[in-house]
Amino acid sequence: MHDVNAGRAAEAFATLTASAVLVNPVGLHARPSVKLTQSAKGFAARIEFALAADGPWTDAKSPVKVMRVKAPQGATLHFRVTGPDGEAALAAMLALVRDGFGEA
Amino acid sequence: MTEVHLTGRPASPGLAIGPVTLLTAAVADRSAVGDPTQEASALQAAIKAAAADITGLIATVQGEAVDILEFQVAMLEDDALAEGAYDAISAGIAADHAWRSALDAEISGYRDATDEYFRARAADLADIRDRVLAHLSGTDTARIFGDSIVAGEDISPTIFLAADWTRGGAIALAAGSPSSHVAMLARARGAPMVVGLGPLSWNGHPPSLALVDGDAGTVIFDPEPETRRLFEHRMLAANAARAVADAGRAGPACTADGRRIAVLLNIAAPEDLTGLDPAICDGIGLVRTEFLFEASHGLPDEDAQYAVYRRILDWAEGRPVTIRTLDAGGDKPIAGLTIDGERNPFLGLRGIRLSLARPEVFRVQLRALCRAAVHGTLKVMLPMVAVPSELDGAGGMLDAEFAALKAKGIACARPPLGIMVEVPAAALRAEDFAAAFYSIGSNDLTQYTMAAARDIGAVADLNDTGNPAVLALIAQTVEAGRKRGVEVSLCGDAAADTRLTTALLATGLTTLSVSPIAVARLKAAIAKVDA
Repeated sequence: MHDVNAGRAAEAFATLTASAVLVNPVGLHARPSVKLTQSAKGFAARIEFALAADGPWTDAKSPVKVMRVKAPQGATLHFRVTGPDGEAALAAMLALVRDGFGEA
Repeated sequence: MTEVHLTGRPASPGLAIGPVTLLTAAVADRSAVGDPTQEASALQAAIKAAAADITGLIATVQGEAVDILEFQVAMLEDDALAEGAYDAISAGIAADHAWRSALDAEISGYRDATDEYFRARAADLADIRDRVLAHLSGTDTARIFGDSIVAGEDISPTIFLAADWTRGGAIALAAGSPSSHVAMLARARGAPMVVGLGPLSWNGHPPSLALVDGDAGTVIFDPEPETRRLFEHRMLAANAARAVADAGRAGPACTADGRRIAVLLNIAAPEDLTGLDPAICDGIGLVRTEFLFEASHGLPDEDAQYAVYRRILDWAEGRPVTIRTLDAGGDKPIAGLTIDGERNPFLGLRGIRLSLARPEVFRVQLRALCRAAVHGTLKVMLPMVAVPSELDGAGGMLDAEFAALKAKGIACARPPLGIMVEVPAAALRAEDFAAAFYSIGSNDLTQYTMAAARDIGAVADLNDTGNPAVLALIAQTVEAGRKRGVEVSLCGDAAADTRLTTALLATGLTTLSVSPIAVARLKAAIAKVDA
């Protein structure tokens, strides 16, 4: 991550992808959605997720949109992250999901 | 205007009189509608104000309620929620209509969800919708006051929690259920509540005053002066009786002919014990553990369960505490555990049946209970037992978990294992069960014996614990306990219904378990029982 020029568009950074399985019992419900979006908002990177590797993609910073996905337990969440702090953002997202949002 | 008498079902006892606050989603139409720019900023201000309301509320609640409210704030603060509304406003639609249709569309997305948990979030979005609408129209319908009679279709726990119920007030609902969470909260806080009143239509003349009788399950809107006078007279008498009863609350319960009756508490969470003196009871007869599972939005781990059980045992200071293992299913679905869409959940996989089907969940609870058992006098009871093999199966698992903990050198004890008697089959053959005690669950025993549900108004008359058939099953259970030399108690709502106290004690019962609010009333009723 040598280029941290804030003036550059997110598109100038490589897009990182990874996936994790949703383990917490009732899926991506109210509390995990709030946790996920709060954590996502802490990063400058654009963070999106989808239930399939090819989308459709959902803004991980919007609790309204995250809840609309109604992701059930056992679903695989595919993340797509672009931005200066993309690596850290992706790691944070995966850790949250794998940890069952602290409630598995 | 003539007074309107409505009969529903009692959900929380007591009498109340007060001004009526209508809890309708129909917010008064706004008089002035501005241009799109003004409308957009009016909506923005209303959303901001609604978020501020809820944020203020968060500081006043605990536990599960905090998560619900934080979720609502997060949704309100997300621009995506109002996107559709702003689009409609720029096309010339008034802010309130634009917001309502945007939210209704969002809500229907939740109502259509296959997952029960997501379906239930529709209520949160309706909450959000109405709060913003109230701010838009300048009315304050989303806020209720503890000293008024709140009337409406149904009420969400969050709206209930927002009011200060120590100042009086009551709830009168067109729909609702005595077994809803709000009803439990109302009983715990002493707010009278009547449900199932049927459609509340005012023909354009909303009522200004109401009398609520939470004992009889009746509500009178806009009473005539004479009706009101008689009701106030009854309230005075009831308050005086309660003051006398409260004074006697700390003493042991004895009948007029000198029989000592043990009075235990039913609780749903350790918070129910806050501010209570353990001396008012002879122990805790029922700890419902479902709330623990709901509050965690999933399955609480062993340490979390152990901490809660231990807190309750510490409070009891050596008095016996009976904890019921998870009684999910029926009217108590738990996301991720109970089966969605069972055709008849009350006759389905619930209580011990579900625990035996999900041993990995059940074993965690048994381990937490064994660890807690060293901190007091703990008894464990199994819900919905129908045949002895269920008790034996659970007993085997309890033995195994106890042995495993002990082998690891973890402090633990094996608590005595008893059964809830709530299935007629168990009542009829109680002596066939090697149970350490019997605890009669009169709510389910009544509905299974009478084949009449608690929450279906049309058959509510049949759902009567005082029916001779139900009393005969209770007497038979008491007799089985006497023969086997084990304790029998009753922990259903019937224990708190003082009209039944004489009949219940006539079956030979000597232990009754009720919610803390009912202790004083029950002890006073027991004192009047003679032979």
